[in-house]
Amino acid sequence: MTRTTIDLWVGFFVALGLAALLFLALKVGNLATSGSGETYAIEAKFDNIGGLKVRAPVKSAGVVVGRVSEIRFDPEAYQAVVKMQLDTRYRFPRDTFATINTSGLLGEQYIGFEPGGDTDMLKSGDVVKKTQSAVVLEKLISQFMFSKAAGDGTGSSKE
Amino acid sequence: MILLQWRASNDLNPRFPPTYPMPQEPLVEIRDLNFSYDTRTILSGINITIPRGKVVAIMGSSGCGKTTTLRLIGGQLKPTSGSVKVAGQVVHELDAKQLYALRRRMGMLFQFGALFTDMSVFDNIAFQMREHTDLPEAMIRDLVLMKLHAVGLRGAHNLMPAELSGGMARRVALARAIALDPMLIMYDEPFAGLDPISLSIVGELIRKLNDALGASSIVVTHDVQESLKIVDYVYFVSEGKIVAEGTAEEIKNSKTSYVHQFVWGEADGPVPFHYPAKKTYGEQLMESGVYRG
Amino acid sequence: MDKVYKAGAKVAQFLQFLGNAVTKRIFRLGFAARFFVAIFLQSGTAFRRFNLTSREVYFSGVLSLIIILVSGLFVGMVLGLQGYDTLQRYGSTEALGILVALSLVRELGPVVAALLFASRAGSAITAEIGLMKATEQLSAMEMMAVNPIARVVAPRFWGGVVSMPLLAALFSAMGVLGGYLVGVKLIGVDEGSFWSQMQASVDFQKDILNGVIKSFVFGIIISWVAVFEGYDADPTAEGVSRATTRTVVTSSLAILAADFILTAFMFTGA
Repeated sequence: MTRTTIDLWVGFFVALGLAALLFLALKVGNLATSGSGETYAIEAKFDNIGGLKVRAPVKSAGVVVGRVSEIRFDPEAYQAVVKMQLDTRYRFPRDTFATINTSGLLGEQYIGFEPGGDTDMLKSGDVVKKTQSAVVLEKLISQFMFSKAAGDGTGSSKE
Repeated sequence: MILLQWRASNDLNPRFPPTYPMPQEPLVEIRDLNFSYDTRTILSGINITIPRGKVVAIMGSSGCGKTTTLRLIGGQLKPTSGSVKVAGQVVHELDAKQLYALRRRMGMLFQFGALFTDMSVFDNIAFQMREHTDLPEAMIRDLVLMKLHAVGLRGAHNLMPAELSGGMARRVALARAIALDPMLIMYDEPFAGLDPISLSIVGELIRKLNDALGASSIVVTHDVQESLKIVDYVYFVSEGKIVAEGTAEEIKNSKTSYVHQFVWGEADGPVPFHYPAKKTYGEQLMESGVYRG
Repeated sequence: MDKVYKAGAKVAQFLQFLGNAVTKRIFRLGFAARFFVAIFLQSGTAFRRFNLTSREVYFSGVLSLIIILVSGLFVGMVLGLQGYDTLQRYGSTEALGILVALSLVRELGPVVAALLFASRAGSAITAEIGLMKATEQLSAMEMMAVNPIARVVAPRFWGGVVSMPLLAALFSAMGVLGGYLVGVKLIGVDEGSFWSQMQASVDFQKDILNGVIKSFVFGIIISWVAVFEGYDADPTAEGVSRATTRTVVTSSLAILAADFILTAFMFTGA
């Protein structure tokens, strides 16, 4: 095997490997959707964020419009402060309602935006006023059990 | 003819000036050399002198420390005591850089050639030129073909080592050993496993190349008949000691019983037929009564 | 009385054997570490004359392509089948893309590719260097004033280190393709959700880049073990064959152990 043939094959191999890496980055990973484009930051305060993680998507009407960039605890209000990077292409009214939702029954958690009717738009550094915390499954179940037990007690007397 | 070619190649290669014979000082001097692995003594009290321009043989039966001697000269091993001096330098006192500089002026033929199996014959011989010199490829080509021509294998430069016969491989290795026109050529068992024709070709080449290059040669061998034809001086080594030395003629007519046995190939003599039997360590312990209470 | 002494001798013999085995391994480890440093110190030639290294990339990388591509495809296809079978019980077959991609990019790609590489290329490197030692080629090189670590060992080491991440990336990419073929084309999972869910949950930095780092570390481990075992092999046919086996066993175990440690560092915590 001559040197040029080897060089040809090695070049082919390296190009193939880099192509595979590019495929992983763009087609399999989220490099194409994240990082690219301008963003602006807004914050929202929640009583309870549940299992929300950094880099979780921010969705409006099911479309990803941004990502969570930072989560911290506010020691004065005893609340969670979530910082989000939103795509500059998308603008939301000031009275937008931010909720923490779960995709599917056991899926990952994301922030959902429901736009309000305000004519002023959210700017970089603004804080979303209206929020709803994550639904904690255990709480829901215990509430359901209590109300069921209470309901059973009263229900039987009514009938 | 060959002589002219070597001179020409040397002139083309100014970084490696030819070493002309200088009879006043011997090229290699080994003084009171001792060497041992851990506790096993391989060589003890060896004194060998290799004058410039001469072919010297070190003979002895297998496993008597001949190859070790070569490795000590090449600086691959360090002596336990004593010294090896090559061209006025004490080998084991050189640092890595000086040692490599010295090795560039040595050529060595290994027992089974040790050709690089992943390179063609041409690349094998060009190896040192490419590693150590900045010669243009065209000149390397001329030099390689010249060396191959000297061993009569100019037509084989395209072959891979696996395609060569034993005798051809040995000749290619010989051409590789002289690639940089060394001042000292060492041969480790150059005759082992060769047919009679290859044997005399290699023997003749060793003598001719030595004289043409003005180099000195050390031939380590146990092939007495072939080497006595070509060498100037012989050292006999047995069990790590030099037991006899002399010119080829003296050795042939030697009355020493060991040399006589070796030269004429007798089965029994001072070298016993039987390997000395030893008791195992366990047996010794049990006999000594340590465990008997 | 005699019996007691014999038993005592046996215990002593056993302890001696144990101690000998342990000290021998520690000696070897020390030598291996020294050798590792020596490779780095002697790497100048391998980079200056890159065609030496590129030749080794050919032997360890290009010649491993077929086995890596085919294995990647099959592993991906199996993941597609098994993943679908499990996910459909929970009615979330759209998550097949996530399952296939994450398991490949994070774990299977680097690890399985490394195991294949160890047995395909690592063993070949050991056998080659071992045989060069056994036939005195390394010794001859040394006598020609050429350092065998610089000329023979370092190019092979770097060739392996360069090849490994590329092979692991190819393995993962082929695996995702295999999962896609089985999941989407064969079983009929929705193509759009297969890709979009995958893209939504595979993170470039956290998943893909960490996978590449893993395979890079594995490449160093395999190449190191392979060149060391070859260089340290007994110069006999038996010694070379034992060294080759040791390369595969040692580097496989080291890969799995290193994988655990790396995973613990990379994927725990938020």
